[in-house]
Amino acid sequence: MNRVPRWIVVFTAIVLFCMHLPVLVLVAFSFNASKFSVGWTGFTLHWYQRLLEREDILQALRSSLIVGVSATVIATACGTLIALALARHRFRGRTLYEGLIYVPIVTPEIVTGISLLILFVFLRFPLGLVTITIAHVAFSIPFVVVVVMSRLAGMDDTLEEAAMTLGADEITAFWKITVPLLSPGIISAALLTFILSFDDFVITSFVAGSGSSTLPLIIYSMVRRNVEPSINAISTVIVIGTSIMLYVAEKLTREDSRAKT
Amino acid sequence: MIGPTDQSSSLGSASTRGGAAADPVVELKSVSKSFNGTQAVRDVSFAIERGEFFSMLGPSGCGKTTTLRLIAGFETPDTDGGEVRLMGAVVNDQRPYERRLAMVFQNYALFPHLTVERNVAFGLEQRKTPKSEIGDRVRNALALVRLDPGTFARRNPSQLSGGQRQRVALARALVLEPTILLLDEPLGAIDLQLRKEMQLELKSLNKQLGTTFIYVTHDQEEALTMSDRIAVMSNGRVAQLGTPAEIYENPRTAFVAKFIGESNFLEGQVLRQNGTLWDVQWKNTIFRVPNASGLQTEKAIRIAVRPEWLDLVRPGHVPPGENELCGSVRDVIYLGETMHVVVSLPGGTDMTVALRNEGQLINPLPWRRGDEAVVAWKPEDCQILEDE
Amino acid sequence: MRRRLLAWLTRRPEAEAWALLSPGTFWMLVFFIIPVVVMCAYSAMPRGTYGGVDPGFTLEAYTRFLHPVYLVILERTFVIAVLTTAFCVLAGYPVAYAITRSGKWRTLLLFLVVLPFWTSFLVRTFAMIFLMRDTGLINSWLLGLGVIKQPIEMLYTPFAVFAGLVYGYLPFMILPVYSSLEKIDPSLLEAAEVLGARPTARFWRVTLPLSAPGLIAGSLLVFIPSLGSFLTSDLLGGAKGLLVGNLIQNQFSTARNWPFGSAASLILMTLVLIATLVYLRFKPE
Repeated sequence: MNRVPRWIVVFTAIVLFCMHLPVLVLVAFSFNASKFSVGWTGFTLHWYQRLLEREDILQALRSSLIVGVSATVIATACGTLIALALARHRFRGRTLYEGLIYVPIVTPEIVTGISLLILFVFLRFPLGLVTITIAHVAFSIPFVVVVVMSRLAGMDDTLEEAAMTLGADEITAFWKITVPLLSPGIISAALLTFILSFDDFVITSFVAGSGSSTLPLIIYSMVRRNVEPSINAISTVIVIGTSIMLYVAEKLTREDSRAKT
Repeated sequence: MIGPTDQSSSLGSASTRGGAAADPVVELKSVSKSFNGTQAVRDVSFAIERGEFFSMLGPSGCGKTTTLRLIAGFETPDTDGGEVRLMGAVVNDQRPYERRLAMVFQNYALFPHLTVERNVAFGLEQRKTPKSEIGDRVRNALALVRLDPGTFARRNPSQLSGGQRQRVALARALVLEPTILLLDEPLGAIDLQLRKEMQLELKSLNKQLGTTFIYVTHDQEEALTMSDRIAVMSNGRVAQLGTPAEIYENPRTAFVAKFIGESNFLEGQVLRQNGTLWDVQWKNTIFRVPNASGLQTEKAIRIAVRPEWLDLVRPGHVPPGENELCGSVRDVIYLGETMHVVVSLPGGTDMTVALRNEGQLINPLPWRRGDEAVVAWKPEDCQILEDE
Repeated sequence: MRRRLLAWLTRRPEAEAWALLSPGTFWMLVFFIIPVVVMCAYSAMPRGTYGGVDPGFTLEAYTRFLHPVYLVILERTFVIAVLTTAFCVLAGYPVAYAITRSGKWRTLLLFLVVLPFWTSFLVRTFAMIFLMRDTGLINSWLLGLGVIKQPIEMLYTPFAVFAGLVYGYLPFMILPVYSSLEKIDPSLLEAAEVLGARPTARFWRVTLPLSAPGLIAGSLLVFIPSLGSFLTSDLLGGAKGLLVGNLIQNQFSTARNWPFGSAASLILMTLVLIATLVYLRFKPE
């Protein structure tokens, strides 16, 4: 490090350590044979096995994945179209629209969750995986818009014009030029949406109803009721799963943008 | 120098070139275009001949790029804003991909996600050219712009230098064998040495292929070097349209005289006719200008005299018949090929005289700061300017 | 056919824009805006016997809020949010500063900051429980070392909520501040040095002011979620750490007072929007 006062280096190390310690401890103790996690009694994979035995956890995982993928597809498509409209076109009310699109991002999850519950009850719409998916799409679209718009901002718009001078009409130019170049942004947005959906607790808890459960909901009830290291195990699985996904996506987008400069 | 004056609407320019009047490939008739209330192009008309190297030259904001984009189809003229015609047909409503022309962009606009080969083939693929033909045509196009297909075909644009990218952009356009090629300041980002080379290459491609080149630039040297005709633009209008010689030697307005090359300006009042010349009062001297239409007593006129049309002599040594203005040398500037001597005239005006540099180390100019000097020129070596 | 559609659309850039906007806009309208509107309506209706609402109009829900019990909760929420933000500034700024000067370690450090950002919030909050509870790691460790005789009650206190929020949102402060610091032109600092400013002076008079946009953005990114926090206070706060978010949730489960819950939600949302508008108004551009 160049010219950084010593105390800052030490301070940073401490802060970063504190930021990661809790999760590291959690992961470590998922392998602890003792149920009460006070001392280390031995290495075991018992708690991971338990996960596979629990049908409710597996069901919740399945639900999370279904909702995650569906919400990602819908939100990414809608959001990308909005980003294109905002970045490339002038229309009346554009500034207002741009401002409004950020409102869901700052709105507390509790408010979004409550208001959606009220709506579904008002419409007598049954709560379940469908309502969860609807909710997830609703809070994800603005994030997709932000991510894709920032990618669009960095894109050269004369490329589409060049394609048009070479005989491609607007739609062809869009598919052959803009979409491939936009794909890192779209992938990032899709990834963000999936992770937000997969992890979501607050909003999901309001619109899930009694019949369905996602992974976060199950974990929450486990934390509330009977704490046992299986929670550590499932948490570890989630952390590792997320890290792998991130790594893969990072690699994809890095290679992509280097080849395309 | 006074010469045959141009007409502003050069639809009849074919006749000045002495050839059979072919139908123009591009014609603009009173084209106007405004954006949000600001007029970018005002009532512009000209016709471009087949095979011509036609340039639009002017400072930024003059409307030259907008005009190019009107020809390309990215902009449409205002309602009642005139006609754009390609090959005789009105194309106001046609999209760029419906017009058969090709374009080279200022920032090259190469598709970053495609190889050089795929970039060049793009237009051919759009036209559904058979695969077998595409390969050969791409190779030929690359060879035409002096890029070895073997080395470059598989590369990505990011792996190329600026000059190479520009050539690929050119190849991508030329492979379509267009009748018209539009170029929007393509050499702006390239360094000087390479730029001069490419200027000559572009010119030779124009002659070799017979393609009409429509070129936009703000670099007057570039326009003078390459063009058959130049449209000098300012504030959305064509200030003057003519061959490089006409533009340089007979600038019609002060703007053109200033924008192309250098000029000295003098404003005076016409006194009286004096044989074949007219006397003009300037401060407390008189200089003479040749006869021209519109001159009459008491008229205020402005003339432009280029530095290279001026002589610099010692007082009393003025050649007979030449105009003379006395002053003192203020500066001697070394420009390599030429020397510029700036002479201060009484009343605060400066005039710049260009003299050949015969080698300051072996045959230096005899002028030093403070020397008394007379700026002299033949009466016909000036250009009477029109009001703008 | 396609050409005709394109020709028609391109002449009307507005139509083209709205064609693109429609699916997303429809979704947001129906599933975000309308729910909030309905919620507004609910907040001004009498409460139903078994939850939900009865027809009618009353502002009872809003006046109820003026009760000291609820005002205390509001105050506590606000104070914790402010403290969390302040602490994140103090803890996060040096870290962001260090990252800008880290040279080859930069990617690694950024990764270390970003990773928690992506990790499940629920998991991370649970990790805090694991550490802080009476039978948790910190207490067992301290007991084992003999430093304390009895477990320190860390969990189910406002402090636990505060700690949980800082832990959760610190990356949201570090990243914008880092981004802002990174953009500072080094020649400005060199110019200051030439003019005689020492390192401390250079920091206070050049670096800090220029990093203000990042600081403000980061503060907003920490303050707003803290204000609306639910999960952290639910798991870590217990009865003493009840925040507005929990109050609201309560109204829709055990307390069955939907109008009151709706009113509280709207008040919360208003506070958040005010904070955002303040940010937009005063952000240096």
